[in-house]
Amino acid sequence: MTISIDPQKTNNESLQPKGWLRYFSFSLDHKVIGIQYLVCGFLFYLIGGTLASAIRIELASPMSDFMPRDVYNQVLTLHGTIMIFLWIVPVVNGAFGNYLIPFYVGARDMAFPRLNAVAFWLIPPSGLMLVASYFVEGAAQAGWTAYPPLSITTPQSGQIIWILSVLLLGGSSIFGGINFIATIIKLRRPGLKLMQLPMYCWAMLGTSLLVVLSTPVLAGTLILLSFDIIANTGFFNPVLGGNVVVYQHLFWFYSHPAVYIMVLPAFGLVSEILPVHARKPLFGYTTMVFSIMGIVVLGLVVWAHHMFTSGTPPWMRLFFTIATAFIAVPTGIKFFNWVATLWGGKISINSAMLFSCGFIINFVFGGITGVALAQVPFDIHVHDTYFVVAHFHYIVYGGTVFIIFSSIYHWFPKVTGKMLNEKLGILHFIITFIGFNLCFAPQHWLGLNGMPRRVAEYDPQFQFVNQISSLGALLMAISTIPFLINVFLSVRNGKNAGDNPWNALTPEWLTSSPPPVENWEGEAPLVEEPYGYGKEISEQK
Amino acid sequence: MLNKNFYLILIISLVFAISFWIGFNVNLLPEEASINAPIYDELFKILFIIGLIIFIGMTIAVIYSLFKFRKRNDQIGDGIALEGNLSLEIVWTIIPSIIVLLIGLYSYNIYDRMGGMKELNHNHEMMSSNTEKIWAGISQTSDNEIAINNLSIEVSAMQFAFLFNYPKGNFISGELHVPVDQKVSMKMESKDVIHAFWVPEFRIKQDIIPGQPTILNFTPTKVGKYPIICAELCGPYHGGMRASIIVEEESDYNEWFNKNKKSEVNL
Amino acid sequence: MTTLDSSKEIQKNNSDVNETHEDFRMFGLVTFLIADGMTFAGFFAAYLTYKAVNPLPDGAIYELELPIPTLNTILLLVSSATFHKAGKALLKDKNSDSQKWLLITAFLGIIFLICQLFEYFHLPFGLTDHLFASTFYALTGFHGLHVTLGTLMILIIAWQSRINGGRLNSQNMFPLEAVELYWHFVDGIWVILFIILYLL
Repeated sequence: MTISIDPQKTNNESLQPKGWLRYFSFSLDHKVIGIQYLVCGFLFYLIGGTLASAIRIELASPMSDFMPRDVYNQVLTLHGTIMIFLWIVPVVNGAFGNYLIPFYVGARDMAFPRLNAVAFWLIPPSGLMLVASYFVEGAAQAGWTAYPPLSITTPQSGQIIWILSVLLLGGSSIFGGINFIATIIKLRRPGLKLMQLPMYCWAMLGTSLLVVLSTPVLAGTLILLSFDIIANTGFFNPVLGGNVVVYQHLFWFYSHPAVYIMVLPAFGLVSEILPVHARKPLFGYTTMVFSIMGIVVLGLVVWAHHMFTSGTPPWMRLFFTIATAFIAVPTGIKFFNWVATLWGGKISINSAMLFSCGFIINFVFGGITGVALAQVPFDIHVHDTYFVVAHFHYIVYGGTVFIIFSSIYHWFPKVTGKMLNEKLGILHFIITFIGFNLCFAPQHWLGLNGMPRRVAEYDPQFQFVNQISSLGALLMAISTIPFLINVFLSVRNGKNAGDNPWNALTPEWLTSSPPPVENWEGEAPLVEEPYGYGKEISEQK
Repeated sequence: MLNKNFYLILIISLVFAISFWIGFNVNLLPEEASINAPIYDELFKILFIIGLIIFIGMTIAVIYSLFKFRKRNDQIGDGIALEGNLSLEIVWTIIPSIIVLLIGLYSYNIYDRMGGMKELNHNHEMMSSNTEKIWAGISQTSDNEIAINNLSIEVSAMQFAFLFNYPKGNFISGELHVPVDQKVSMKMESKDVIHAFWVPEFRIKQDIIPGQPTILNFTPTKVGKYPIICAELCGPYHGGMRASIIVEEESDYNEWFNKNKKSEVNL
Repeated sequence: MTTLDSSKEIQKNNSDVNETHEDFRMFGLVTFLIADGMTFAGFFAAYLTYKAVNPLPDGAIYELELPIPTLNTILLLVSSATFHKAGKALLKDKNSDSQKWLLITAFLGIIFLICQLFEYFHLPFGLTDHLFASTFYALTGFHGLHVTLGTLMILIIAWQSRINGGRLNSQNMFPLEAVELYWHFVDGIWVILFIILYLL
């Protein structure tokens, strides 16, 4: 019964470096690891963003004139892989998960601190390897989906390094998932019930289940693919009797849940941020929990909607249409609940709030196009076009990345003890929001009218709309400047935040800013109502 | 109280009116040139209108909350401690479920009208043997009404071109010529990697998969020249992998067909 | 490869968790084994799909000789039982008995691997001959890798359960229990593999 009151034994704590050096060490402190994830992810975001800019420059003119065609394919492959596996997945899961989950369950660290550090330290080398593969013989150029037989016929070294790197990142993700499940289920403070946990815990539990169930399938598939490339087997090589559609099924069995691995944590984070700044309890806690679990279950059985134009029999198309469309129901519930959380609150309009609201608007838009894409006849026309590109950027950028920024504005005072500058923050939001919508909204039209995705050259009639889109991308690139200035200035000269600048009730705010090594000076507080705004909760205040 | 409801109803009807107006008056799609296209556009219009209603409604709700419930300078304390409302939750679970189900059934109907649910044509006349397995596609002819009139074309895709084989004329063309208002049946196979056959004006697309033939049937309805676009990343020149489909009057088509056929015979 | 390494990792990790905690190391291991099982599930799904839809070249058939794999199935099932004996012995602090049973288990594992290699050398097809051959080697090879790893871990804990200076005793059962669970898991996978690959 002494689970969380007892300090987690981090035996060699005295051997850990202090100060900024610890961020480069094999630290076992979950907070250090969380920051490591965030900063590392952000560096890869800058690389991925540079690649995205290169793509948009190429697409500003209808001819392939900015870079060679094969380099263009390498750039789009790296852009997709880096943004998914090195920025969004590690940050919404690894960074915020590691930082917040132990606070939320009332523990002093994660269940397996060493596994945690291993999971993080797999990321920088595999990421660097992936980027460096460009200088070997050219990076992988079969897209982030690596569909065979294209991935078998393109230069081998790049594709093999890509596979190796994704395997390592998948391993990191699985270790993280195991750790989160064990921490949330087993490491809760005595007296803390599951239904009292902050929503982010539920989101991470659901996400980790998806990670544990689906990532290994991707690992197995990529091992088979690497056999096809190195050992000349024929699993996915039609010349040797293989079946390319089997790869697609196995790949999407992971990669569709991967979408939920990217957005469910964001759903959790926004559920933490909105109640604090709206000064209202989270609306419909129980339905929120059930809708997360509903998304997890449905998320595992919808993968073939990525394959409506591949070789899939009609009954399969029908089943996956209905299953996919039904994901809109639990997702919709969450959005209605968030709006209801805002309704009647006393909303502070600050950067965190604005990014969260931007998230709601963008994601609703992406969700609507998602339901449309789930309909087979609709998808047949727009599959593999810029419509799809626009759709998933609305989900992962307009959705998840907006929430990453929102979370940075929200938790920066806790992590550093300093406030971020609000004016720069709002400027950052405005440029990002305009740039994002300018970049991706026109792409829906491009897809509907005949521009396929992953092309370096296109019909000249689309030039004007593409240039608008590129202008939006330019704004998005510019938007990181006020953000970076803000972070650097605030870390050095920011206003002191105090322990609880937002007057929030979730447990991480009940300790000092930044928190001490084992999270609390004394016993971990028991937070039974993390969203008890507007009530008398004298004990916890 | 009455006043409040009045405004609510006014706003909702405005949202509906605007959505319907945009849905009917803004055309985001290219021209309709096959019998599939008007069916597709019907589905698009309905999805577009429903989507607009939800999107505009949610956006208004969020922006309204931000203005109406923003914290004024003199305010302290929290908002109301409202933790949920079961009947509201039930309402916004059931209504979206019904909408989603209806959309699903409707799109099933659309897909059926496009010919997607028909059994694939196993007795396709170009099959090398009757046992060859066809993997997927859209078929507008069912098994027992294989129209002998059907124009049958064999498509092979390779990096980075489409080739169209007209078995009846025994010639191969780089351009796809078809007569207007006639069913065209294509059997497609790839020589190397996965490609896709897409004609935006026809609203049809089908992957062309190596080792696994696919079928695509369509009926063009409008004379003209339309692009055929490869929609699956197939290598460095993917963006340049295009061809043209030329829909012409039957007499023009026959003339073109006979001209090519002759040249083939002369060889 | 990554999935295999991690089982070691978990063990390494678990060794320094405070003993007063409720033991959630087993919980972590079970989660990991579920993940590992999903890798096999992916392979099985691919194999069954291939079998259903992809015709093999002339002369190749989806059939294999049964004697060696049947022997192997028996070997693994017996080894599961002997491992269980080792655990019971250790619980009663009979370290030398435990060590004996562990060594027998490891021996059975090694025999299994030898039989597997023997089968490989006498099969009429090689890795790249056709789709069935490739999937066969991928599945049995991946499983064989698990058995190899398991055997090595058994040998390590057999060394650790020696009477003087060993780390294992009835108070510190976790390493043995963890490897035992892993070993039962590998056996279970083999039974499924045997049914799907050889019998169906």
